[in-house]
Parts: sequence; structure tokens; C-alpha cells
Amino acid sequence: MSDEGFSSADLEELASRQISRRGMLALVGAGGAAAAFGLTAGRARGAVPTSLLEQLAGTVTFGSNYSDPVPKAAIAAVMANFTKKSGTKVKVNTVDHNTFQEQINSYLQGKPDDVFTWFAGYRMQFFAQKGLATPIDDVWKALTPQMPPAMKAASTGLDGHQYFVPIYNYPWAVFYRKSIFSKNGYTVPKTWDQFIALAKKMKTDGITPIAFTDKDGWPAMGTFDILNMRINGYQFHKNLMAGIESWNTPKVKAVFNQWKELLPYYSAGALGLTWQEGAQQVLNKQAGMYLLGSFVAQQFTKPEDVADLDFFPYPSINPKWGQDSLDAPIDGFMISKKPKNLAGAKALMTYLGSAAAANTYLKNDPSDVGANKHTSTAHYNALQKKSAKLIASAKHIAQYMDRDTRPDFASTVMIPSLQQFLNSPDDVNSLVSSIQKQKVAIFGK
Amino acid sequence: MRKVAAETAVAGRADGARPRHRAVRLSLRDRVTVGVMVGVPLLVVAGLIWLPTALSIGLSFTNWDGIGALGHIPSTWVGGLNYHQIATIYPPFWPALRHNLYWLAFLTLVATPFGMFLAYLLDKDLRGTRIYQSVFFLPVVLSLAIVGFIWQLIYSPTQGLLNNLFEDPQHNHLIDFLGNPKINLWAILVAVGWRHAGYIMVLYLAGLKSVDPSLREAAAIDGASEWHAFRTVVFPAMKPINIVVAVVTVIEALRAFDIVYIINNGRNGLELLSVLVTDNIIGEASRVGYGSAIAVILLTVSLVPISIFLWTRFRAEEASA
Repeated sequence: MSDEGFSSADLEELASRQISRRGMLALVGAGGAAAAFGLTAGRARGAVPTSLLEQLAGTVTFGSNYSDPVPKAAIAAVMANFTKKSGTKVKVNTVDHNTFQEQINSYLQGKPDDVFTWFAGYRMQFFAQKGLATPIDDVWKALTPQMPPAMKAASTGLDGHQYFVPIYNYPWAVFYRKSIFSKNGYTVPKTWDQFIALAKKMKTDGITPIAFTDKDGWPAMGTFDILNMRINGYQFHKNLMAGIESWNTPKVKAVFNQWKELLPYYSAGALGLTWQEGAQQVLNKQAGMYLLGSFVAQQFTKPEDVADLDFFPYPSINPKWGQDSLDAPIDGFMISKKPKNLAGAKALMTYLGSAAAANTYLKNDPSDVGANKHTSTAHYNALQKKSAKLIASAKHIAQYMDRDTRPDFASTVMIPSLQQFLNSPDDVNSLVSSIQKQKVAIFGK
Repeated sequence: MRKVAAETAVAGRADGARPRHRAVRLSLRDRVTVGVMVGVPLLVVAGLIWLPTALSIGLSFTNWDGIGALGHIPSTWVGGLNYHQIATIYPPFWPALRHNLYWLAFLTLVATPFGMFLAYLLDKDLRGTRIYQSVFFLPVVLSLAIVGFIWQLIYSPTQGLLNNLFEDPQHNHLIDFLGNPKINLWAILVAVGWRHAGYIMVLYLAGLKSVDPSLREAAAIDGASEWHAFRTVVFPAMKPINIVVAVVTVIEALRAFDIVYIINNGRNGLELLSVLVTDNIIGEASRVGYGSAIAVILLTVSLVPISIFLWTRFRAEEASA
């Protein structure tokens, strides 16, 4: 790509949104990225219909929840590259991550941006079903050969049309420090019995076996998800989340009863701790293992600590399922109901799904794994490489409870219910029947 | 008796007003002015208070999810279903209602009297009284969200001050002030009281300064004890301030929200009605009807102290007229 299409004014406009020096560096880096990723970018460009690129004009507006400095700089770099390739300007409107999520209803019904950041799975399907998003099957014609089938499935609405383009995802797994394991002669547990035996051993060694924190309410969902998928399988989990299965059944009770076995090995005061405090326990070698998303690495700031961090997939419980599924939430993008610049928005979506976009993003924010099959792994660190392998080897990928079910059910029913369980774990029967009653009230079935 | 007094009061007032009333004929311009001066506030009150209240009550009988045209709302009518579900199958509701009442009781019985007690002591011109006043008043200038943040640094199980001073969080010996639903409400109420007592102290101190010192001297000469003099002489003389203090206390208890939201989003032992309203309506949940029903319940709870306040106030006006 020649530099004629490169408008430094566009870059400056984007750069002016960046306050941090780091963001500036990212943008400067993005300029050089074209050369570095020439090969992959070429492949991606081949997949984009050139006609689509040519008819582009004007500006696309982009509503972003990438509000933290590192992801914000990374997305700015992606947009700068897109502008460079297509000549279309992108006007980025960044909103605080949590605020963006909380205001999504009114945002999408008001004057939303052409393209906005969102999550795959039920949370995408919900807004697609409400008619608040534009189907993008034509974009997926170009993307299908480049994306794993699981990514396409996660981008498809209930009506069979695609509404979403993924850029990256990240796995939930059990994180630990290699040095603790080698020093004490621990081995990575493959089965539940090995897992419990290891936890027991850690406890006698004076280590909190499992860091667990749930003051924020959502981290406990990860444990429910994985136990349910290990015990009852992915399909049951998916149906349960979609409101098809009942909660007051032996299958769900089995999940909570299995969970009970872990409680003696958890951090004390778990309901008063944030996930960051849990990560600190692992960092300080006070706790041995921690089930969390790979973003746990954000708390490991020293390179030697990052190098010491490793993870293993959750141990198998029911041999029928083994370790075949995991939570690996996908982040990506959607087009709003009536975009001002539909052609530009679709071109941007096509670009965002390309390996070039993933490469640029991950170069600036190296804690995730690219969604595109052709994402370059040359710049991955050890954890990213392992994450990519884990996700690629999984048969089923769930999106995490608060993305796999209705948002009202997740936030007003499941968060209090899981905390209730952690407070009084012996009351499983009344807990599941309470959840079931509320589930019927919300899902209407 | 009261009715008679009221009638004479009205008659007396009317008698006094009638001659003047007859003398003044409002010009068109005056009438327009009066109309605007009364009409604009009326519109504001009706539009910003009464209309939303009526709409909330209406919405509380629907299961509208906040998406779609407004004309579509009537088709989501579910009658009293939300109220029934809230009372029967919504586990956080009864704890939330209880916590609001605990909050009210704590402020009324502990924090407010403590603030009054501080004010009474500081009124005695102790040495360094200004320093004490500043210290106790300092938390009042902080928002409750900041108060919540500060106290988290004190209460946090592993990183907090209390546990690191008195327990051993490194070895899992700790008191879970924030996560244990049996104690976290009380821990938070201490933080709330820390701020509330200072607020009441300032209000009450201003009131005490305005009490005529000769009243107290007279009581002392008559041999009344300190407590007796306060109860029978000073306290009744401060009636206007007492009413303000009572109203402030009730408002603080019913609007409680920010501190628990900062700490754990108002869950797990820290549920409050205001939080449940927010959880259901704002955010992705968008159960507008359900949340409105909880808001109507909160309104009903608020009406109790409001009615008592208005009733005593009107009675006082009648009596003084």
C-alpha cells in the first residue's frame, strides 16, 4: 500500500484524542506496523472486496468502551491503520467501560455511533433480536474463510444472520506460579481427585490452595460455568443459560454440591475481596491457584513475575466431557440499527475482522488471543501462545455467564444467588428452587 | 378544641386581611405576573415530580423492558404481578426493606443523638473547641462515595488497616468486615454514622448558640440537673432545629445508596431499596416495570415519615395561629 492514501491529518485527529504518551507511541508504531505486518495485511486485503474499499467516502463513527489506557491506545492504532488503508476517517467516541455497558439500552435507542464495541453470544443476540443492530452477512462472506467456525457461531443471531465481528478472546483457566509448583513438587492436576488432593497438600504446606474473590459478584460465575460444563456438558450449560433447562434439577444441584468440596480451600473473606486482591495473593505466593480470565496477568507487572505465571485447563470431572469446553469470552463489534455511513461501517467491520487488525491490536495490548485464524503468533508471549493453543483445542467455547444469559437474569438473580450459596452452602435445595422461580418470572417459561 | 382554634385562626386572619384585600384591585399586568410566578413553579413541580411519580406508578404495573416505542407500553400490562413477585420470589427484597429500616433506626437512635451530644459538649466552650468542631465536621464535606472508599481501606480483609493491625490476614486469620453479611451492614453503618454525627453536630451547635443563656441560668438556679435542664428547657426551646434534624435524619436514611454501591454494588448483606431500583432499571437488566414497583414501595415507605412530619407541622401552625 502506497503512502498516498495515508493522511497525516487523520492520524493527528485520532492522536489528539490520546492523552498519554503511550498512546502517541502506539500511533507512531502503527505507522510502521504496515511494513511489519505486510504479509498478513496483504492476505487480509485480498479478502476484502476492493470495490467495497473504493466506494468508501466520508467518516465512520465508532462508539468504544476501550477506556483503559492500554486498550484505548490499541484501538486507536487499529483505527489509524484502517484510515490509512481505506481513506475513511473514523471518529472514535470513547466511554468508560462500565458506563458504556450500563447505558447500552438508551445508547442504542438514541443516536448510536455507526459501529460500536460489544460482546458475542447471548448479549449480542438480545440486541439483534430487538432490532437494534444491522445484519452483516455480506461482511461474513469475506470473513468466513479466515475465522474458526466457533467464532462465526458466536457472531450469529437467533435468526441465523450474522451481527457481530470478533477481534480477540481470552481463556478462563487455573493460573498458578511455576516456581511454587516446582519448589513444592506439585504437579498439574488433570482430574478432580488430583485437584482436591493438591489443594489438601497446599493447605498442609501453609498455602491458601485456591484464591477466590467475589465481592464484585461476577467472578463466582466463572466457577459455576466451568463446573457445569465439566459435570453436565456444554450443551446443557448453554440450554440452562438460555432458560430452556430448569434449575431445580439434580443436574444443577450436582454442580453446587461439587462446588461445596472446594469451599474449604478458598481464600478467607472471599466475599469481601476484589479479583485484584486475589491476583495479589497469587503474586505474593500466598495462594496457589486461581481460576480467572487471562487478564489476571495485568496484576503481574514485573517481567520475572509474568514469566513465572502459567495456567492449566480446569480438571475434568465427568469423563464423558473431559476438558472439552471452557469460557473464552469474545470481544468485538456490531453495526447499529441505522448507521449514517453503512458502506463505511461494513468496510470497517471487514477490516476489524482481518488478521491485520488483530495483529495491530494485540501488538498494543498483549493479553488476548486474536480471533482471526491468520493472526500472527510471532509477537505472542508464552501465555498468549498457550492461550491460543487451549482455545484452538477446545471443542466448545462458552462466553461466560453474564454474556451467555439474559443480562437481567445474570445481574439481578444469579449474582445474589451465587453469593447466597457461598454464604450458606448447605441450603442448595431452597437455593435452586428460588433461582428457578425467578428464572420463570424473567424468561416467562 | 383544635377545630375551634383553627376556625378562629382562619377567621382572625381573614378579618385582618379583608380591608386590605378590598382596597387592592389587581391590574391585568399584576395578574399575569402572579400567574407566571405561581404557574412556572407549578409546572416545574408537576412536570418534574408529580408526572414522573405518576408514570412510575403506572409503569410498575407493566413488564416493559425499556426498548421500543412508548405506544407499545400498554401492551405490557401485567397488573399486580411485579408486586406479587417482589414479595414472594425476590430474595433481596425483604433484606433490603429491613436494611433501610435498620439504617433509619441506627441514625435516629445512635448517630443523631451522638451528634447532638457532641454539639452539647462543644457548646460548653471547651478548650480547643474549634479544633474538635473541625475534626468532627471534616467527614461531612466528603460525599458518601468517598466515605465508602476511605472505609474500605480500613475494612478490607487482606489489605485493610484493622485486619493488619489486629489480625493476621497473611495466614487467613481475619474478620471479613465487607464480605460477611452478618456484620458488613453494621461496619458500614459505623462509617455512615461517622459522617452523619458530624452533620447533626453542626446543625445542632448552631441551634444551641441561639438558645437564650438566661433560660439555662434560670434552670440552674432552680437546681435542675444538667440532663434535666436539657430535657425540659433547652430541648423544647430548640424545636425548629429538632424538626430540621429529624427531617435530615429520615432523608439520609431513605436516600442511602452511594456508600453501599461503592463497596459491593449493594449486594450480599448490603441490599437497600434504592439499590434494587437501580439494579433493575438502570444498567443492562432494564426491568423497568419491576424496578418501578420497587420504587413505588420505597415511595410508600417514605410517605410514612413525610405524613408524620406534615401532620405535626400543620398541627403546630394551627396551634400557633
